[in-house]
Amino acid sequence: MEKKQSLMQPELLMPAIKDAFIKLDPRVQMKNPVLFVTLIGAVVTSVYVIFGIGAGSKSFEVQIAFWLWFTVLFANFAEAIAEGRGKAQAASLRKSKSTTVARLIRSGTEFQVAASELKKGDIVVCSSNDLIPGDGEVVEGIASVDESAITGESAPVIRESGGDRSAVTGGTRVISDHIKIRITADPGNSFIDLMISLVEGAKRQKTPNEIALSIVLSALTIVFLLAVATLKIFADYSGDVAGQDLSQIVTVPVLIALLVCLIPTTIGGLLSAIGISGMDRLIRRNVIATSGRAVEAAGDIDVLLLDKTGTITLGNRMATEFTAVKGVEQSRLAEVAQLASLSDETAEGRSIVVLAKERFKLRAEALQPHDAVFVPFTAQTRMSGVDISILGGKMRVLRKGAGDAIKAFVKSQGGSLPADLDQKIESIAKSGGTPLVVSEGKDVLGVIALKDIVKGGIKERFGELRKMGIRTIMITGDNPLTAAAIAAEAGLDDFMAQATPESKLQRIREEQARGHLVAMTGDGTNDAPALAQADVGVAMNTGTQAAREAGNMVDLDSNPTKLIEIVEIGKQLLMTRGSLTTFSVANDVAKYFAILPALFSLLYFSKSVGVGPLAALNVMGLESPQSAILSAVIFNALIIVALIPLALKGVAYRAVGASEVLKRNLFVYGLGGLLVPFLGIKMIDALLTAIGSV
Amino acid sequence: MELVDLFQIVFYVAVLTLLTPGLGLYMYKVFSGERTFLTPLVGWVERGGYRLTGSSSREEMTWKEYLTALLWFNFFGFLFLFLLQLMQTILPLNPQNFANVSWHSAFNTAISFMTNTNWQGYAGETTMSYLTQMAGLAVQNFVSAATGIAVFLALARGISRQSSKTLGSFWVDLNRSVVYLLLPMSFVFALVLVQQGVVQNFSPYVDVTTLEGAKQTLPMGPAASQIAIKHLGTNGGGFFNANSAHPFENPTPLTNFLQILFLLLIPAGLTYTYGKMVGSIKQGWTIYAVMAAVWVFTMIGSVASEAVSNPLLAESMSMEGKETRFGVVSSLIFSTATTLVSCGAVNAMHSSLSPLAGGIAMFNIMLGEVIFGGVGAGMYGMLIFVVLTVFLAGLMVGRTPEYLGKKIEAREMKLVMLAILAPCATILIGTAIGVSSPLGLSSLANKGPHGFSEILYAFTSATGNNGSAFAGLNANTPFYNVLLGIAMLVGRFAVLVPVLMMAGSLVQKKISPPSTGTFETDTALFGILLIAVIVIAGALTFVPALSLGPIVEHFLMLRGQSF
Repeated sequence: MEKKQSLMQPELLMPAIKDAFIKLDPRVQMKNPVLFVTLIGAVVTSVYVIFGIGAGSKSFEVQIAFWLWFTVLFANFAEAIAEGRGKAQAASLRKSKSTTVARLIRSGTEFQVAASELKKGDIVVCSSNDLIPGDGEVVEGIASVDESAITGESAPVIRESGGDRSAVTGGTRVISDHIKIRITADPGNSFIDLMISLVEGAKRQKTPNEIALSIVLSALTIVFLLAVATLKIFADYSGDVAGQDLSQIVTVPVLIALLVCLIPTTIGGLLSAIGISGMDRLIRRNVIATSGRAVEAAGDIDVLLLDKTGTITLGNRMATEFTAVKGVEQSRLAEVAQLASLSDETAEGRSIVVLAKERFKLRAEALQPHDAVFVPFTAQTRMSGVDISILGGKMRVLRKGAGDAIKAFVKSQGGSLPADLDQKIESIAKSGGTPLVVSEGKDVLGVIALKDIVKGGIKERFGELRKMGIRTIMITGDNPLTAAAIAAEAGLDDFMAQATPESKLQRIREEQARGHLVAMTGDGTNDAPALAQADVGVAMNTGTQAAREAGNMVDLDSNPTKLIEIVEIGKQLLMTRGSLTTFSVANDVAKYFAILPALFSLLYFSKSVGVGPLAALNVMGLESPQSAILSAVIFNALIIVALIPLALKGVAYRAVGASEVLKRNLFVYGLGGLLVPFLGIKMIDALLTAIGSV
Repeated sequence: MELVDLFQIVFYVAVLTLLTPGLGLYMYKVFSGERTFLTPLVGWVERGGYRLTGSSSREEMTWKEYLTALLWFNFFGFLFLFLLQLMQTILPLNPQNFANVSWHSAFNTAISFMTNTNWQGYAGETTMSYLTQMAGLAVQNFVSAATGIAVFLALARGISRQSSKTLGSFWVDLNRSVVYLLLPMSFVFALVLVQQGVVQNFSPYVDVTTLEGAKQTLPMGPAASQIAIKHLGTNGGGFFNANSAHPFENPTPLTNFLQILFLLLIPAGLTYTYGKMVGSIKQGWTIYAVMAAVWVFTMIGSVASEAVSNPLLAESMSMEGKETRFGVVSSLIFSTATTLVSCGAVNAMHSSLSPLAGGIAMFNIMLGEVIFGGVGAGMYGMLIFVVLTVFLAGLMVGRTPEYLGKKIEAREMKLVMLAILAPCATILIGTAIGVSSPLGLSSLANKGPHGFSEILYAFTSATGNNGSAFAGLNANTPFYNVLLGIAMLVGRFAVLVPVLMMAGSLVQKKISPPSTGTFETDTALFGILLIAVIVIAGALTFVPALSLGPIVEHFLMLRGQSF
């Protein structure tokens, strides 16, 4: 889990404040139309104040100008503080990069070159204590590597040539042994470079939904620009026909104040902070996404392909039960099974030994190593066991293995099969276990049930996913019977038995053709096509370079369950944007009730009543036109600051259906957005009146 | 509000709701080319149409081809009508010997009828020959309505088809709308109107002596045939200047009831047709419910506003500007219906409504003419707001917004915002030009906020392709004829073109199957959210303007000041 990071850490705060001013550069502001309009408004108002243009009260306009500048600065600050959290991490990553010296092998000779000069295809060599100079694939040797620089995990990992653990990352350190690495990334494109640019948000591209939202926000800005610009003309007409001069109050700075209050500055100001912090939340969960687009796509996923092993079940199958056939003692079966498994170094074999010890206190003490000949497992015989010489020159032939193999073996020894064997085998298979048949000589003794152990809490996790509308599909090499049982036990929606890389790819294509968005995890080179085809492909960091390049995310912890968190982060990102947009627009209602009566409370002023007719719209009972306008502007600026923590954290996410989520967010951010500003503006107005600023 | 008023409102909504599925289903069959009971009667007309244009009923068009066909068709319709008005002196069927129409009025009127606005700067009975009325105006009444339906059909196909390129054929849609829907229904409705006393002849005007001994000229003409389509096609252009307040245009309470009903029928029925087309009737009913709810709100609001006692007259439910044949509530049901539906026929003078009831009529148009709205145009306008609502809601539930399985992305939002932005901008800028120019102000009959409302209403009505007038503004000047003409063009095509582009973009997309993570668009929650988006979008844009018109006028009226 991420560590709790306070927003207001001084080491993040000071640079962010500085950045807020640097970002006032119009070239930066241009990228965000809402803030650009605000900036222009601040400049124009300042010009009015400084050169004394217009008939408005200058002490009042100074305050408007002040708060307009603050609105822009607050928005810049929000972005800067979101970026700041990544910058520290980027700095330490850079350090590991710049100091690296590579030992390049060229035509058999070793050269010392700077890591930054390495090209794709170069071969380098690394011995213990060397920093690996760039991303690559181990082509020779095996080594333990400390990857804590990127994963934060201090335990070293094994990297070896061939197989699925051949990828190494630049900036990590070889702890022991000696490997040759073929570089697979050109300078500037390495994993560390990618991470640096990601955590800094430097190369941040707007995601598709962010672009669509920006269009809506820009259009709203234009609508309000028109509404306010024409209001000036309408006010002139109204003043004319009423025989009044409204130029004291309907001034350019006041209209700018109205405009800035109406345009969606809240979401406009926080939009990029939301995007950056979404990426940041991923990185703090040790997931590197190659693009923001991938993070957003994760929120849209409705089909999840999960590998059985490691994700749904603990890594290996375990023996859970000895079932003896009729006429055989359970303890005899357990003893034979234990002896037959002693040489079996696999986790399955060990679990049989352990189970026999637990159930029957057997410790295989009778076995003298020099009397025993171990028979290892081979793909041809599909069984293993031991031949033990006992007194009288006889042999105990103990075997355990797949049902068919043992049956054939026993028959060849001239034995017969117990009548209840098949039924026992089948019942284990049906319940999702793998049956191993045990024999001694020509007698079949019984069956060991090996079972996948489903991870604790995983069923609840899948239940949450189902509520979110995500279908989970288990991928396994098991036979359909076993697969179905495990899928049922773990609460999955569907499974793919006897899966091959090709059938995985095929399945993803089928789901996509039906309109689904598919996510999957993978690590091996043969997963690469499926990872590339999936809408969100999460490669394990322990995997091969091919897999890491094919996916659009890399999980540094190599924890396949992480996919669920990635989906949540993707959804949270969109929800935060949507909720703050709703909040921002809903706020405008209250602002109209503050500013319109303030502008026109004197229109058609009649002495008998004391105010104009539109003063009736001043439902908040704000003190004076000036205080009302100023309160709205101050509220508009402060709400940005008040919502920075929400933008960085994201709105609360719970795994419930879409309509529940919508109801909740509409209630909080829609209704809240309507009501909060009434309260806030009224309070600020009271405060302003109390301190006598207007 | 009295119980009998409420009963009237409930009665209208109930009758409309009952008729919606039947007509909706009929239209669905017609537009998908299925056989209906009218096929044996008029099927040969449809086939004749294809022979004439050299097309076929199986023709398919991309959005570009569809739009091109539509634009050329509308352009020639405009040109024909424009020239007809300029040459009516040398053409037959002009018994009153009306002069040729001025270029600017002809320009305005041609655009007005082509865009289904039917804004009338002229008075029908003193300007237009029978030929102009029949061959020009009435023809555009039919085809402008059919054009609206065609665009709606294209959009509905864009939503319901997947991974395709074509949206149907403009010629086929146009042909079927006219032949199976508008012509037969108008024919029947016209017969009923004639039976009730609406005139239908080619006679010259009749001079009569009234009981009081005064001389009066009674206008004549082929009125019934044009009035039927005026309502059915949500055109609203009256045969006579007083429109449906004229006894020869709307003689009895029964015709009044039918006229309100007929202007709502097709827009309401299309919600059902839409539900059928996208494969879920509930989707259609949700949209219908939203429309009906807003209609009921505005009717209640208007009646409540009329019921506010005007201290100057010391009475409420004032009859000023209303017909004694219909009374106040019937007039308000008419005024809300005609403004929500972009019809624009009137049976009372909106200028004489109480300030807030007039404001509601105006605000109804400002909502974008999407509550029922114009024939076809209301539905495609509504779908624009549906997509906007889906976008906001979709983000709030944490998924890329999807409508009926189609992803709503940047391109769609660009088009949606353009379609919403362009009319808003036209109304605001047009009004600003009107109130700041001497040419604009010289047409005003009233000063103060009421004068402001007159100009605001004119630009709102033109841009919304509504066509109703607030009255009190002399719009038959080159200034207003040209400006309002442009407003009508923008209001029609700056929505229609993005809609067709969006249809072209949506039709290429895949349909993602729904899951519990998909946000449903056929629920009460969505309906409420949709209403909120429509009303808030309209309010945020126009409240500043409205506050200087009807709202301030209302408060001034309470203080005993009127304009």
